[in-house]
Amino acid sequence: MSLLTVENLHTRYVSRGRTVTAVDGVSLTVAGGETVGLVGESGCGKSTLGKTILRLVDPAEGSIRIAGEEIATLRQAALAPFRRRMQMVFQDPYGSLNPRQTVATLLETPLKVHGIGGRAERRAQVLDMLARVGLPGDAAERYPHEFSGGQRQRIGIARALVLKPQLVICDEPVSALDLSIQAQILNLLVGLKRDLGLSYLFISHDLSVVRYFADRVMVMYLGRIVESADHVTLWRNPQHPYSRALLSAVPVADPTRARAPMTMRGELGSAPTTGCRFRSRCPVAIDRCSVEDPVLRDVGAQHRVACHRPG
Amino acid sequence: MTYPLLRVEDLTIGFPYGTVVHGVSFDVHPGETMALVGESGCGKSITAFALMRLLPPGARIQGGHVIFDGVDLAAAAPHALRDIRGRSLSLILQEPMTSLNPVLPIGMQIAEVMRRHEGIGKAAARRRSVELLELVGVTDADRRYDDFPHHFSGGMRQRVMIAMAVACKPRLLIADEPTTALDVTIQAQVLELLDDLRRQLGMAVLLITHDLGVVAQWADRVTVMYAGRVVEQAPVRPFFATPQHPYARGLLDASVGHDGEAHYTTRRLNEIPGSIASAAGEAGCPFAPRCPDRIAACRRAPPVLTALGPDHNVACIVAAGTDHVAVDR
Ligand SMILES: Nc1ncnc2c1ncn2[C@@H]1O[C@H](COP(=O)(O)OP(=O)(O)O)[C@@H](O)[C@H]1O
Ligand SMILES: Nc1ncnc2c1ncn2[C@@H]1O[C@H](COP(=O)(O)OP(=O)(O)O)[C@@H](O)[C@H]1O
Ligand SMILES: [Mg+2]
Ligand SMILES: [Mg+2]
Repeated sequence: MSLLTVENLHTRYVSRGRTVTAVDGVSLTVAGGETVGLVGESGCGKSTLGKTILRLVDPAEGSIRIAGEEIATLRQAALAPFRRRMQMVFQDPYGSLNPRQTVATLLETPLKVHGIGGRAERRAQVLDMLARVGLPGDAAERYPHEFSGGQRQRIGIARALVLKPQLVICDEPVSALDLSIQAQILNLLVGLKRDLGLSYLFISHDLSVVRYFADRVMVMYLGRIVESADHVTLWRNPQHPYSRALLSAVPVADPTRARAPMTMRGELGSAPTTGCRFRSRCPVAIDRCSVEDPVLRDVGAQHRVACHRPG
Repeated sequence: MTYPLLRVEDLTIGFPYGTVVHGVSFDVHPGETMALVGESGCGKSITAFALMRLLPPGARIQGGHVIFDGVDLAAAAPHALRDIRGRSLSLILQEPMTSLNPVLPIGMQIAEVMRRHEGIGKAAARRRSVELLELVGVTDADRRYDDFPHHFSGGMRQRVMIAMAVACKPRLLIADEPTTALDVTIQAQVLELLDDLRRQLGMAVLLITHDLGVVAQWADRVTVMYAGRVVEQAPVRPFFATPQHPYARGLLDASVGHDGEAHYTTRRLNEIPGSIASAAGEAGCPFAPRCPDRIAACRRAPPVLTALGPDHNVACIVAAGTDHVAVDR
């Protein structure tokens, strides 16, 4: 049984009388110890999917199971035991850290809320977690603004991990960081996964980061998963024209390599009512694509694509 | 070699609390793309604003020259600057919303630039603006002329900004992180557009970025800054093949995209230890506190930019082999 199983998940927002289906029938699994990468252009629904899984946003329909237990329909009050098992690391650690609380308070609060340990025990856990994320012990009595961006992300990670969760949803955890700091944080996340046996759902719009960090990768387009494969296959043999366009758009840090021609035009719009949602930007669309919405189907071992003209 | 279009010489910029750009020098040649790279806070934007003489309140050029087309912009009178700015020299920013007027239709904003600098009539300005919008890939340009900035997506707004910036066919376009806020797919389209315009209009581009992939794929030459100083400059091929400054080498090693096959299961990423904050108060080389090649002499004085080969300069006494000079000093 997978640690996380999501089936046919839908999330809708209503704003100014308009309904946006930000997650539109997503199914996925994350196994214990696995890192699943989620990529796609901004606005395709990655953060909404992550927040829905954590029940920070309510799903409209579908199933979310943690080790087999359904949580999609639980009331907030009944979610507490599951909240301990799933945590989130955000892109902007500063925005998600209360500036008036010391690091010690920030880390201790979740322990208190979940009624874990006595005062001394919680203190020990906080200090242990600070050491694990590579912050000095005296960090505990300081405030978030006293730290650099990379160190603040370490605080964000420590806060997510202090409850010893099994699944951590990382939403663009290194996107706001400078290159010289990104490697530090990625190495830290790898080490923590190994030491604490974590599973990650790793959301990023940066494909090179996902390529390094994920075991399996899912490509999302306008609320749907359009391709999923293990990391080697996705990069060697992407089948969806959108995946291919995304991969070829990443500029390679090697001037002797020629730029890949950009075959995909236009921008993420809104989903058409019929047919494939990618067709208006697709370089290989045919008539069938405007009438029949392609479903995800197997094209190889653990390799699934939603396209009438894969390859 | 052609005479540079822009020669920045020993440019030093400060705020009342201290100096943030220390003796920066670089050239931009006609028609080329020169990339200015470095992590946030290293002084890229302040340098760009100084070139335009549009520094934020409190900031002041403390020394140096900005020779553009034979005129020292660092010393030029305000009226001379107004003429150069927007006409021969243009700037686009990361977030176009901050430089577009939210309550004016975008077409009118482009037309306004042209009327101001070229003195053409209303009808002609409108016609040229529509042409420009078409040129930058805004479909249905005649209708969209009357749309307001918030009707456009981030990528489209950046296209509008580019249209406005190239309206008067500048000789140098300064683009400050023009694609940092955009997705890679849109980034590729915007950079392609900039490059097409560069060739069509024969303009040079000073491309400010922190993305080494963008540098490798779109620039001819690169200048790397660290903590307000230039640490290395070179044409892109030798730079990526054999970066000389330990910071530049560290950046390339640390980037996940560099070794395309790397995976966490098989290889740990190389890190540059510490953070740029350690440069504060450093009497010697600002990178010394994080540097794997550091020797005692590095802490004495900031290293000077030294020629290693044709057009390849480095500010590192170890890489340049001038450590004995520093020791003697
Ligand atoms: N709180 C919200 N209210 C209304 N619409 C939202 C909200 N959050 C996100 N959306 C919309 O949902 C879609 C998906 O957004 P998001 O999940 O943030 O995408 P991503 O993380 O991939 O950039 C977008 O169209 C976005 O505008
Ligand atoms: N308006 C301002 N007031 C005070 N300091 C500033 C201002 N703008 C920038 N700085 C400082 O100048 C330095 C260089 O900033 P900047 O040029 O914006 O860096 P970059 O563009 O490379 O990220 C930084 O240390 C920054 O804190
Ligand atoms: Mg998001
Ligand atoms: Mg900047």
